[in-house]
Formats: sequence, structure tokens, C-alpha cells
Amino acid sequence: MKLKSSEKEAIAGYLFILPNFAGFLLFTLFPVILSFVFSFVRWDLLSSPAFVGLNNFMKLLGFHREAGALVANDPLFWKCFGNTLYLMMIIPIEIMASLMLALVINQKIKGVNFFKTVFFLPTITNGVAICLLWYWIYNTDFGLLNSLVVNAARSIGIHAHGISWLTSVAWAKPSLMIMGLWIMMGGYNMILFLAALQGVPRELYEAAEIDGAGSWDKFWRITWPMISPATFFVAVMAIIGGFQGGFMQAYIMTGGGPEHSTTTLEYLIYNHLYSWHNVGYAASIAWFVFVVVFLITLLNWRFGGKLVQYSHY
Amino acid sequence: MREEKTLGRIGRERRRKNVLKKVLTYAILAAGGVTMILPFLWMVSTSLKSFGSVFIFDVKDIQWIPKSICWANYIDVWKVVPFARFYLNSIFVCCVVTFGQVATSALAAYAFARLKFPGRDKLFFGYLATMMIPGSVTMIPVFTMMSVFGWIDSYKALIIPAIFSAYGTFLLRQFFMTLPRDLEDAAKIDGCSLWGIFWRVILPLSNTALATLTIFVSLGNWVSFMWPLLVTNSIEKKTLPIGLAYFQEMYQYAQPDWGLLMAGSLVTMVPIIIVFLFNQRFFIEGIKLTGIKG
Repeated sequence: MKLKSSEKEAIAGYLFILPNFAGFLLFTLFPVILSFVFSFVRWDLLSSPAFVGLNNFMKLLGFHREAGALVANDPLFWKCFGNTLYLMMIIPIEIMASLMLALVINQKIKGVNFFKTVFFLPTITNGVAICLLWYWIYNTDFGLLNSLVVNAARSIGIHAHGISWLTSVAWAKPSLMIMGLWIMMGGYNMILFLAALQGVPRELYEAAEIDGAGSWDKFWRITWPMISPATFFVAVMAIIGGFQGGFMQAYIMTGGGPEHSTTTLEYLIYNHLYSWHNVGYAASIAWFVFVVVFLITLLNWRFGGKLVQYSHY
Repeated sequence: MREEKTLGRIGRERRRKNVLKKVLTYAILAAGGVTMILPFLWMVSTSLKSFGSVFIFDVKDIQWIPKSICWANYIDVWKVVPFARFYLNSIFVCCVVTFGQVATSALAAYAFARLKFPGRDKLFFGYLATMMIPGSVTMIPVFTMMSVFGWIDSYKALIIPAIFSAYGTFLLRQFFMTLPRDLEDAAKIDGCSLWGIFWRVILPLSNTALATLTIFVSLGNWVSFMWPLLVTNSIEKKTLPIGLAYFQEMYQYAQPDWGLLMAGSLVTMVPIIIVFLFNQRFFIEGIKLTGIKG
């Protein structure tokens, strides 16, 4: 039997995708289904799993009355959700810093490439080394930051003690946010902004200059609208990443503490899975994160387009 | 006469503005550069201090340059923890995963970009849809699968689940779509098989995209943390990041030897920085490529 060429092509097509598709089925599609099943199951990895219906989600999202007041069934989960949102408040500052660095690097001046490399260093370094470095810098008794702070305080006549950066509830989250800003500002986002800036047609600036526009006007009336797709993309990715972040910092630097103040959803999932062996409950938290991320993506599709100016070039 | 004067004034003003702009630019660059470099310098400085001298807290005299330089940290660190073993593990896992992922992605991407077969577009949409799913959703069942397979604490668990990615397929498919079809048509007329077209036409034309994906995958695997942490137990199987975390855990109940820890951290950092310096172009191009199209 002779095969038609279109049939040959179809068979070839299936053969070409086969290795990848087999892996996709086994390590992506099947696990997604399995994880959905897990979220309705109680399982400690040792005994056999038990179907518990919606119990995991009732515990996760439900409330009950206690002495007349509404109390969450799982206060720790809500606390971690709050922590995750809190830590994400640095995102706008990160994005502004990235944009500022990109604007500066986009100038045609000497030494720019050196700075580009320097700003990018934290992004290519393994995160554990970075976390250890900041863990040391934030050390209460012997850390660099407290040396600088105490020194500055003394020079204006205040005899101060160092701040408990990572070991006090008040400072732990801001400390992680400052570190996050340091890591993120010169990373992928800066490069994306740089690409967007280089994509703005020069004629627009030239025309504006002839009309007598200053730098300020040129930025707000040309640059900002022209790069809005990049800004939008960067913001969305940062938010999606933010909901899944904070694991390594918690693991290396704070252990999620003090008083769970730096435990994010991701670290909570890890603890339920690995430390407390609540496989089903871990899966239900992971699905909660998925729903949040999914809703944000939907909102972006629906409303994002109106905020963004797509160029006609 | 008067016009010339006005023009001269505008010119002077513009020049003054340009100077101001340059000063501001350099000020921001310098401030940013110092902020980025100081912590790294502190890392180098600490790594050259002996155990005792790290804990001298004299705020008036922060020792950026150690009074006595202790090179021994860089020798001792290899003895305290088996960093050489971690390095070998990381290099082995990283190479296999990168090769496997680039190869399977390229094959699938070619089929998705060029070959017609029933269900192709639906399948591709399925790939895209799963890219939105948070890693932890799939990580939990894959972890339980590993323990059912008995793969925990083996290279299989470190390598096999990491080989397949929808992301790599997507990236290369987008790139293959931009290639002109003329060459392929010519090769077809000359009697070239589909494999021949893929191997001799498509791949050589896609050097940049393949290099970009290679760098992304290898860097991502090199620094990956949570997965290796979950599936390794014994020291012999740990990769570099996990090994470094293990090194820190050794000091759980004592004041860490910060000099050694920082030396260890630097030992894990420096090679990748060198690799980056030589491949910077691909990094930057790659980010632009994925950022704009992703």
C-alpha cells in the first residue's frame, strides 16, 4: 500500500512531537489531573488516600463562629495569603526602578555596557548565594547594614542599637522586599524595557523636538505610551510571579518566621507537602493560587487592552 | 542680527540642558552601580576573613579590606562540604536536561510550525494553556509519582521530569514560523526528506534561537532549587544550590563561619558569571525575543 504525501506528513508530524508529547502527557497533563483529584483527598503519602469531598476547600476558604465572631477555619492560610500580597507591594517600585535604569542605559554614553552587566549580576547568580549574602548583611549583631546604620546614627549623636532586620515581625517583610528590589531592578525587566525603548521610532522624537518639546514632555507623550505594552507585560508577569514567590527567601533566611510573618503561599504549600505530609491540602492551596493567577490573566485580557497603546509602526 | 542672537541663546540653553542630562544620567548610573556592587564586594571581603575576625563589630572601622587576608577559606571550603561532588552533579544534570529539552522541543516545534496533521492546533493550544498553570500544581503530583516509582534521591528524579517543557516548544515554534519557506521548498524539490529539511535547513537557520533556549534552559536548571530540594536526600545526589543550602544548615545551632559560607557562595557563582560574560549577547537577545512574543 502506498501512502499519500499528506498521510506521510501527518505520520511524520506525530513522530516529531512524540518524545515531547509523551513527556507532556506524563509530567504535565496527567499531574494536572492528578493534582485536581488530590485536592479532594486526604493523604499523608504513607496510608492509603481517603476521599474527603470538599473538606479541603472548606477548611481552606471557610469560616466558623467562635464566641459570636467569625473565625477562619485555617487562619495560617489567610495570614500567608496576606503575607504574599504584602510582599508584592514592592512590585510597582521594582518596575519603576527597572524603567529608570533602562532609560539611563539607553543613553549613548561611555561605560553603559559595564553597568548593564553589573545590574544584571543578581539575576544570573544562583539565588541561594544571594540569599546567604543578604542573610549575612542583615545579621543583627555583625551585619554590614547595621554597621552602616549605627555609624550613621552615631554621627548625628544618637547612640542606637542595630535593627533586628530578619528577626522582628516589623522588619522581616520590608527587609525581604528591599532585597527583592535589589535583585529585580536590573534583571529581565530592565532588558525588556530596554528593548521596548529601542523600538520607539526616532522620527517621533525628532518631530517633537522641532515642535519644541522638552525631555519631560517627550517622555510622557511619546516614550510612556509607546512602551506601554512592555510595561503591561512586565507588570502582569511580576504579579503572576509574586503569587508564586518567596520560597527560597523563607527557606534560607527566615524559616518563614518570625511568627509566620514571611511564610508565603508557596512556602506554605512546601510545608504541607514535605514537612506535614498533607498532600491533598497542599494541592488545594496550589489550585487556589492557580485560580487567582487565572483570574488576573482573564482580567488582563478583558481590560488590559484599553490601557495599552499599540503602535501602528 | 537679532535672529542669530536668539538662535545662539537656544543653542546655549540646549547645550546646558544636555550637560545637565548627562550629569543626571551618570549620577543615577553611579548610584545604581554602587548599590549593586557593594554587597558583592562585602561578600568577597567576608570570604577572605578568618572565623574570629568576622565578628569584630567596630562601626567606626568597617573592614572592607581584611587586616589579615585568609586565603585558607577557599581551600577549606572544598574539604568541609563536597563542593566538587555538587559541581559534578550540577554539571551532569544540567547538560542532560538542557540537551534533552532543546532536542525534544526542536522536534516538536518543527512539527507544530510546519507539518500538517489532524489535531495539531488543538494540541498546541493545550501546550499554551498549561504554561499558565503554577509550577506547584504539577509539582505536588510529580513528587508523589517520584516516590511511587522509587525515584526519590536518584538522578532520574532530577533529570527526567525536567526534560520536557511546553515553554521551549513554544519559543522555538514561534521562531521557526518566521523562517522563509523558499529554502524548504527548494530542498523538497531536490528530494530532501522531512528529517533532512529539519536537520539541514531548519536547524542551521535557527542558531540564535537554539542558543537562546540552551542558555535559558541551562541557567534555569543550574539555579533550580525547590525541585532538587524535594527529591534529593543524600549528600551524594545534591546539586550546587541545594549543597550550598545544606552547607548553611550545618550551622543551624551555631554561629556560622561566615568567611567559609561566603567563600562557598562565591565558588558557586563565579563560573556562571564567566559563562554569562561570554554569552551576554544571547541572553539579551533571548529576553527580547521571549518578552515581546511571549
